[in-house]
Amino acid sequence: MIVELGHFALILALMVAVVQATLPLWGAQTGDRRLMALAGPAAGLQLVLIAGSFAALTWAFVVSDFSLAVVVSNSHTLKPMLYKVSGVWGNHEGSLLLWVLILAIYGAAVAAFGTNLPERLKARVLAVQGLIGVAFMAFLLLTSNPFWRLAAPPLDGQDLNPLLQDPGLAFHPPFLYLGYVGLSMAFSFAVAALIEGRVDAAWGRWVRPWTLAAWVFLTIGIALGSWWAYYELGWGGFWFWDPVENASFMPWLLAAALLHSSIVVEKRESLKAWTILLAIMAFGFSLIGTFIVRSGVITSVHAFANDPERGVFILMILGFFTGGALILFAARAGVMEARGVFSLVSRESALVANNILLSVAAFVVFIGTIWPLVGTMLMGRDLSVGAPFFNAAFSPFMVALALILPPGAMLAWKRGDLRRSLRGLIPVMALVLALGVLAYAMQSGRTALGPVGLMLGAWVSFGAMADLWARTGRGGLAARAGRLLRLPRADWGKATAHFGLGVTIFAVAAMNSWKVEDIRVVQEGESFPLGAYAVRLDKVEEVQGPNYTSTMGWMTVTSNGAPVAVLTPEKRVYPVAGMPTTEAAIDYGFTRDIYLVLGDRQKSGGWAVRSYIEPFANWLWGGAILMALGGVLSLSDRRYRVAAGARRVPSGVPAE
Amino acid sequence: MTGVLKRRWAWGPPYILALFLAVGPAFAVQPDEMLADPALEARAREISRDIRCPVCQGETIDDSNAPIARDLRIIIRERLTAGDSDAEVVDYIVARYGEGVLFNPPAQGVNLVLWLAGPALLLAGIAVAVVANRRRVVPEAALTADEEARLQEILKQ
Repeated sequence: MIVELGHFALILALMVAVVQATLPLWGAQTGDRRLMALAGPAAGLQLVLIAGSFAALTWAFVVSDFSLAVVVSNSHTLKPMLYKVSGVWGNHEGSLLLWVLILAIYGAAVAAFGTNLPERLKARVLAVQGLIGVAFMAFLLLTSNPFWRLAAPPLDGQDLNPLLQDPGLAFHPPFLYLGYVGLSMAFSFAVAALIEGRVDAAWGRWVRPWTLAAWVFLTIGIALGSWWAYYELGWGGFWFWDPVENASFMPWLLAAALLHSSIVVEKRESLKAWTILLAIMAFGFSLIGTFIVRSGVITSVHAFANDPERGVFILMILGFFTGGALILFAARAGVMEARGVFSLVSRESALVANNILLSVAAFVVFIGTIWPLVGTMLMGRDLSVGAPFFNAAFSPFMVALALILPPGAMLAWKRGDLRRSLRGLIPVMALVLALGVLAYAMQSGRTALGPVGLMLGAWVSFGAMADLWARTGRGGLAARAGRLLRLPRADWGKATAHFGLGVTIFAVAAMNSWKVEDIRVVQEGESFPLGAYAVRLDKVEEVQGPNYTSTMGWMTVTSNGAPVAVLTPEKRVYPVAGMPTTEAAIDYGFTRDIYLVLGDRQKSGGWAVRSYIEPFANWLWGGAILMALGGVLSLSDRRYRVAAGARRVPSGVPAE
Repeated sequence: MTGVLKRRWAWGPPYILALFLAVGPAFAVQPDEMLADPALEARAREISRDIRCPVCQGETIDDSNAPIARDLRIIIRERLTAGDSDAEVVDYIVARYGEGVLFNPPAQGVNLVLWLAGPALLLAGIAVAVVANRRRVVPEAALTADEEARLQEILKQ
């Protein structure tokens, strides 16, 4: 009964979305205020209905209602409660329902908090938002209905993929979706502005918080996924340039570009057409991401293989929204005249360079991801593109971005003085050089990548600090320190996010160049050296877990005879799903992780053991957290909370 | 179209790969495969990081647990021990398993499009940005002869 209510609520939500997508749009066109006013309540009602529907599905998972096909194939009565709940979105159908729920949350948020938006713009934004809802709910109901009942329910389910039964991954999809779907807000604002034919500073100010929020969620989502891959997959890698990772990385890059270009729109009323285009592309790429992921993705590799219909449907959604918005853009882009002019050396130009580099980087990821497809379809050749290509073709753009970031961020608006902003960075340059020389002298002398990565990361991080310090103006140390604390949150956000980027750059280079790996057969009781440490395999035993059995090794790590940690790497077998997993044991540290993996028992006796020292691994996630924190700080800036932008909107009717 | 997509894009995320691959030996490079000579072993690892496992699509033979990946790792080590250069080893594998095993498509022929797409777009982007900037600046920068004359007139008054 509850399941049917959920199903019914979803169908009703689709109907409401149809109303939200059409009548307010008509109202905005004809100036009918009653029709425009429909948008807000419709968005609210849609949220209530979809939330009800999601709750019904969650309930079915919690009580293990095996009359539902989705529950049977993704749950089991013995599964821990956390994973019963996360199982709701651990599959194609349920995750799409989450997608739609988040879409409705964003829509309702605009309706509730967008009180300072002009009536027409608000109606149009919500209508576009409603249209996206229509497309995805139709997709959900027609091709991937989570409320599908079975005529003959089995006694128990087939369990969730054991690799997905992990706290890191339980929250990875919701964050990613919050990011993907958040970009739909920028898209809706862009399309509404195109219909309206006007983009001004106020528009920039409205669209930036949504983009910023989406980017923060994407950052967290990607970092969670990468962290999970690092500790769960058992070889210490954190990024594989897999199509599905790329699918989330492209929107992240474009969202980063978008939130920088919307600063220019907001502060200088320039780059309008480009920002609109970027907003369309950012959401377009998250649809492409959804497509790549859904054609067999984020959840079940089998889903798409059995049902190509889904891929085609998403391709249609992608074509309709991206194509439609681009046509609209082509027709209306000329209307948006830039007001602020700027010289070639200025903050605007630096942000344009940022945008070009980020977009080109996203494009390189895109072409690398689809190249195998192009190869098979157009040339009949079997081609692969993997990490070596991406490392070589993508990294130069990021290096260039990191190089221009500190001086660019310190340039003045409109007309800057490059020499002056470089002069402010002289102490940073000295520090960076010293660090580079130090790292080169200290490492065992193999690669230049480590020291160069350190220099680049330090350049960005300390550059961000120098930028923040420069903002305190002139005067004595005490006066400047006092002013430092009173700087707007947005300045702190900028510095924090850029600092985090530098930390991440350093960590990526460090992990790629200073990693220590050891593979060997170890007898129980035997010790072996690992870098500056010694590792002893004490014993290996069978252990029973709640829904798995485990082969667990006890390994003692010592440094010069002093104990560092006792680690217990495992090999688990989940009998219901019939799948083994490896659970690496990690001793997390500030400058290094010790990472141990237990392999198979060897015929000759003893166990295969893989051990790594992962240098500065925690800095990678730390950098991502700092970037997200920077976004949150910027988001909490007072200027976004008070309706400052609203004042600047002319009171008359906007030109149609 | 979807048939193709199904084949190429049904790899799924790394955890889906791992799902298939975890069925079998617990991890990729086994101690018994490794060469005693560390220099040779390092070369073998370097090569196998660029070779795709033919049955698992999205993974290198260095990371894969599939039996064929193990076979390929052993072949690489055999060729290296026999005295082949790195390029010869790669050619040997490509000759038998096709160019699809190369994770790093060589920058020649049609693959040049792949390699040059980024730099080309960068140049195009810079060109567009500079032109757009010029166009914006020009009207403000200079006065026409008429305007100049008028300005002088006004200043004289």
